[in-house]
Amino acid sequence: MTGVRLLVGTRKGGFVLTSDGKRKSWKVEGPHFGGWEIYHMKGSPVDPDRLYASQSSAWFGQVVHRSGDGGRIWETVGNQFSYDGVPGTHQFYDGTQHPWEFKRVWHLEPSLTDADTVFAGVEDAALFRSIDGGQTWSEHSGLRDAKGNLWAPGAGGMCLHTILQDPSRPGRIYTAISAAGAFRTDDGGETWRPVTGGLKSAYELPDPEAEVGHCVHRIAMHPSRPDVLFMQKHWDVLRSDNAGESWQEVSGNLPSDFGFVIDVHAHEPETVYVVPIKSDSEHYPPEGKLRVYRSRTGGNEWEALTNGLPQQDCYVNVLRDAMTVDRLEPCGIYFGTTGGQVYGSADAGDSWVPIVRDLPAVLSVEVQTLS
Amino acid sequence: MIRVILPAHLRNLARIQGEVALDVAPPVTQRAILDALEARYPPLRGTLREYGTQERRPFLRFFACKQDLSLESPDSQVPEPVATGEEPFRIVGAMAGG
Repeated sequence: MTGVRLLVGTRKGGFVLTSDGKRKSWKVEGPHFGGWEIYHMKGSPVDPDRLYASQSSAWFGQVVHRSGDGGRIWETVGNQFSYDGVPGTHQFYDGTQHPWEFKRVWHLEPSLTDADTVFAGVEDAALFRSIDGGQTWSEHSGLRDAKGNLWAPGAGGMCLHTILQDPSRPGRIYTAISAAGAFRTDDGGETWRPVTGGLKSAYELPDPEAEVGHCVHRIAMHPSRPDVLFMQKHWDVLRSDNAGESWQEVSGNLPSDFGFVIDVHAHEPETVYVVPIKSDSEHYPPEGKLRVYRSRTGGNEWEALTNGLPQQDCYVNVLRDAMTVDRLEPCGIYFGTTGGQVYGSADAGDSWVPIVRDLPAVLSVEVQTLS
Repeated sequence: MIRVILPAHLRNLARIQGEVALDVAPPVTQRAILDALEARYPPLRGTLREYGTQERRPFLRFFACKQDLSLESPDSQVPEPVATGEEPFRIVGAMAGG
């Protein structure tokens, strides 16, 4: 039977929400790992029952778990993330150079072709990879050679939160790092370079068009058109039609072009979703109205989707890893809020329902389409 | 036999119920206790001490015999009642809240 499984990471545990293909009634399981911050959980596209989960704790540090049965039973895997060689330094708040220090795993991205291979995006920003199901991790340190000494943490931490694999070119991977930018490798992770042409950050950087330092919040890709990328930057929504070589702003008529999430419809590569947030210091929706905005034209022209979403007195945030789309027909869209709600739409955004209302603050939402 | 009491989250992580009893050869030091604990329960590696430096994680404390031993050298011997198993070696999550 066709169905979906949502993997929801929160400040105090992980939750697994399941439904059939109609996506009307839901079963809620959890919390798994109660008390731990679950930054991210994600399943392998090769083996949907293979799940990875990142737990973080101010007391106990980083733990990684793996499940082989869709989240019923979990086992601890490796949690040693050692930077390659001499870690070196990056720019710090006070203008000095600061040593790289591992803090936590923000994002786990399973390989498109091998269930035992998984990438980890970490803070302080770096990319790690495991080829043994998470037991051991090694760094793709070439990423930090892309002017890593100039990267500096923003208020949210210097985190690598986006990992996109190009399904048509096995060696091509994109990463995005808050307050550092977007980066691409074409050789499987050995060498990297910034892909930030056209980005402008007039209020955040002394040189608005600097090669690194842009606060990229999220990048999204449709697998059928991997050279077309959509970006939600700190401010500005942008697109690239040439694999990140150059970017054009497509914020258009959005009420605010600040935000965190961005995603692409599963069957319509020009249909894009964002959740505008008022500003970088006011992390809540404009006018207290929680609105998803949809563009069917690849940007610039946006329509507000409000049916079923709170349209008054709503002051939650939607964090960068907290939106996802399923592959059913019609396409399902899901997002979680810092108020603990997970909203779902089974009709590509036309209407929404709260799947759960009162979880801890949601950090991440991923969906698996099961057959 | 050394008795060790862990915080609930670490007991859950390592699937431990109640106290842990460890054989530790003398001299019994903090380091020897933690080494034995991690050897018995590998999921605890990295959760008590930082990899590399092996320093105590900042928000963990080590208590025994009504004393805070957290700032003692990891190679100093623990109090005699801990070494004989009369008193437990307690690993405690630091207070948090508002």
